[in-house]
Amino acid sequence: MTDVGTGSAGGAEPIHSQSSKLDTIEPGQQPNARRDPEAPFGNNLLREIMSGGAVLTVLAIVLALVVAAVLIAATDSGVQAAAGYFFARPSDLFVAVWNAVSGAYVSLFQGSIWNFQRTGFLVQIAPLMSTLTFATPLIAAGLGVALAFRVGMFNIGGRGQLIIGAAVAGWIAWSFPMPPVIAFLVATIGGLVGGALWGAIAGVLKATTGAHEVIVTIMLNYVAFYLVAYGLRTQGLLQAHGSNSPVSPGDLPNATYPKLSDLITALGGPATSYTVNIGFLLSIVATVAVWYLFSRSSTGFRFRAVGENPRAARTAGINVKWVYTLAMIFSGALVGLAGADQVLGTTTTGFNSGVDAGIGFSAITVALLGRSRPWGVFFSGLLFGALQAGGYTMQALQQIPIDIVDVIQSVVVLFIAAPPLVRAVFRLPKPGSTRRVRRTPAAVAEGNVK
Amino acid sequence: MTTATLTPSAAPIVHEKVIVRSLKVPIILDVFAIAALVFAFGIPRRGQSSFRLSTSTDFFQIPTVVLPTVATVVTVAILLVVVAILTHLLVAFSSRGRSPLWLSAVFTVLFLFLFLTWAGADLRGIPIPGLLVGGLALATPLVFGSLGGVLGERAGVVNVAIDGQLLFGAFSAALVGSATHSPWAGLVAAIVAGVLVSWVLAVFALRYWVDQVIVGVVLNVLVGGLTNFFYTKVFAQVPSLNHTTKFDTIDIPGLSQIPIIGPVFFQHTIIIYIMYIAVFVVWYALFKTRWGLRVRSVGEHPQAADTVGINVNRTRFWTVTVAGAVAGIGGAFYTLDSVSKFDKDITQGAGFIALAAVIFGQWHPIKAALAGLLFGFAENLQSTLGIIGSPVPSEFLLMLPYVVTIVAVAGLVGQSRAPAADGTPYIKS
Repeated sequence: MTDVGTGSAGGAEPIHSQSSKLDTIEPGQQPNARRDPEAPFGNNLLREIMSGGAVLTVLAIVLALVVAAVLIAATDSGVQAAAGYFFARPSDLFVAVWNAVSGAYVSLFQGSIWNFQRTGFLVQIAPLMSTLTFATPLIAAGLGVALAFRVGMFNIGGRGQLIIGAAVAGWIAWSFPMPPVIAFLVATIGGLVGGALWGAIAGVLKATTGAHEVIVTIMLNYVAFYLVAYGLRTQGLLQAHGSNSPVSPGDLPNATYPKLSDLITALGGPATSYTVNIGFLLSIVATVAVWYLFSRSSTGFRFRAVGENPRAARTAGINVKWVYTLAMIFSGALVGLAGADQVLGTTTTGFNSGVDAGIGFSAITVALLGRSRPWGVFFSGLLFGALQAGGYTMQALQQIPIDIVDVIQSVVVLFIAAPPLVRAVFRLPKPGSTRRVRRTPAAVAEGNVK
Repeated sequence: MTTATLTPSAAPIVHEKVIVRSLKVPIILDVFAIAALVFAFGIPRRGQSSFRLSTSTDFFQIPTVVLPTVATVVTVAILLVVVAILTHLLVAFSSRGRSPLWLSAVFTVLFLFLFLTWAGADLRGIPIPGLLVGGLALATPLVFGSLGGVLGERAGVVNVAIDGQLLFGAFSAALVGSATHSPWAGLVAAIVAGVLVSWVLAVFALRYWVDQVIVGVVLNVLVGGLTNFFYTKVFAQVPSLNHTTKFDTIDIPGLSQIPIIGPVFFQHTIIIYIMYIAVFVVWYALFKTRWGLRVRSVGEHPQAADTVGINVNRTRFWTVTVAGAVAGIGGAFYTLDSVSKFDKDITQGAGFIALAAVIFGQWHPIKAALAGLLFGFAENLQSTLGIIGSPVPSEFLLMLPYVVTIVAVAGLVGQSRAPAADGTPYIKS
């Protein structure tokens, strides 16, 4: 294990765009570089996140599923029993492992995409609709985190921004009677504003004092949590009138997101249990908006310029500090949209301080898996939404705790973040390398390091 | 910088004697002094505040102290104003250009005393030993975690995964401690668990140059998922695997019989005594040994360190390993001292408060430990005040560590300068 840190890092990756790294990182070149609001490593981080192809992504997911399979098999009672007499009948163990793992993943599929145990298309497709429901806030919050990434910032404050956004959206939703459509649109805008304000704190502090947004957003998560927890147990703030428990009032009917099942019945269709709601459309709109921002707008161009190289951007006349602030506002607003999703779409009968439901942190993994590109985030949000939806089915049918989804997500991201590791596992060539280069001692050594 | 590299002899250490007269500490003391004046005159609470200084089992019994609330609060508020003015004078005129740390500590203690007197008016007596013992207990994982954080960051490795280390330490201590019925085996397991998390961090951060914050955040999710998974799959099914033998309380002979101080500091399990020693050892190792100089050089200016023959990544690797071991002991506290079983998310985000303590403690082991104590005390204060009934909503006291850290990291208070190469991988050219 020690040779991990013995400086082989330099030799093992000879082609890894070394010259450009030196330009941007400057390890210790300026002892006071940290005072600068721009972390030079941000550029490199961005490059790491955005590089890497679809193959690598798929392999990372496969590896994560393998890791999860090992956990599932190891804790399965049938497998443990068969392992007890392994030398007597080894085949039993393999059968048990196969049963445990295939059972788990079949129920994962069954709970997230297609329920083949039921009859009728509308019922069979219900899991897919459930996936879309789970994906809705993940996409919105993932877009928020991804937007900050593209500007070279790390928004770990998803939890806080989501909680504040949810609180504002919920407050509007139960306080102000409004006509249909307008009601939930206004509440959604409230969620956006709440998240944006909470994100803006980190942006303003970074722009004015150079405070690192990672620390500030982590701390703001807890401040938001306790702030809303206080509001939820205080009459006149967020607590339901006359209630003793820390729960907010339910939304007014007009303020909740219309569900697809309501739409189908309104159009004269059969009754369904589709919980996917208008929030999913809003997530698509948000994805298009972020795509437009980065690909077609001058603001997005400035964002990308600062993300690539803040110093060059400043030289080019871009107000870097304003870009940081604005990016955190946009990022917070998108996470706030996820908060609005939670309150107006999922827990419409009153929320408690657990309204975040882990989405704030999952958003980071969604953004990383989506490589911070709008449509990448959209699809990785769908994937993680499917894992969530399927995870509950897996828990119900196979007694496999839903927490395995956290493990899968984090392992995916670890592998995504370290392309050389995945390449080493699958013995893939490095990008740009030729057969001749692969035979160099360093490259051979790296193959052994695995 | 350029002159220093051109003529190395022209940069002796003596040149570092630049007196920085920062007004940040006095200003924050001013703010708290004004708050104290508001408590004293703006929103006075009348009546009497009583403090219970000894518990019924103490060797020496001290009678309950009853103080007139208004007079005490006013007196202490004036004292606080005096201390604040004193720091202003010290910063302006003393040769070192700053006020000593102990003065800030005295100020903090006085302010807490004022707050307790104010909040405790006409309530049942405030149990001072209980308050302090509970605070110390809540602070222990924070102190271990922050020591681990300080070690890692001094070597240039940002460790956001402290929470994961505490959690995995607590889990492993519970599992191994229950299986072997030996708390010592559990402690060793916790250390190993902390080191394992550190190694994953090291592999990704040092070997693959993955952004350290990403790895840290993801590791927290991973450890949380794993421990929750095994909790449901193993502990919930086989409860005997989640029932540890806790460490016994050891009374230090003599010291444990001192009134107040004895019960608070010297009637604990071995883990708390390890903490006292660890704070000192980490401080000594970082600032008084050759190893510590190397660690700090690697964290400040890895290229320079490399130039003089220090293996940057090896130093970082071993420092992070030690940091993981220290944080792991903090995790063991939960399941070998506090309660005898592991629970889902037992740390409740303590690792993030420890991270806050690292920053608030300015990357210094002793200051970080003091910050951890302060945060632990604030956390316990809210539960004590919640029991005896208090005018301040508990959430605002719970928020305190995070708010002061934001204030600190924004540079509004004190110096908040991370090691220069913190978070950047060293890529040898």
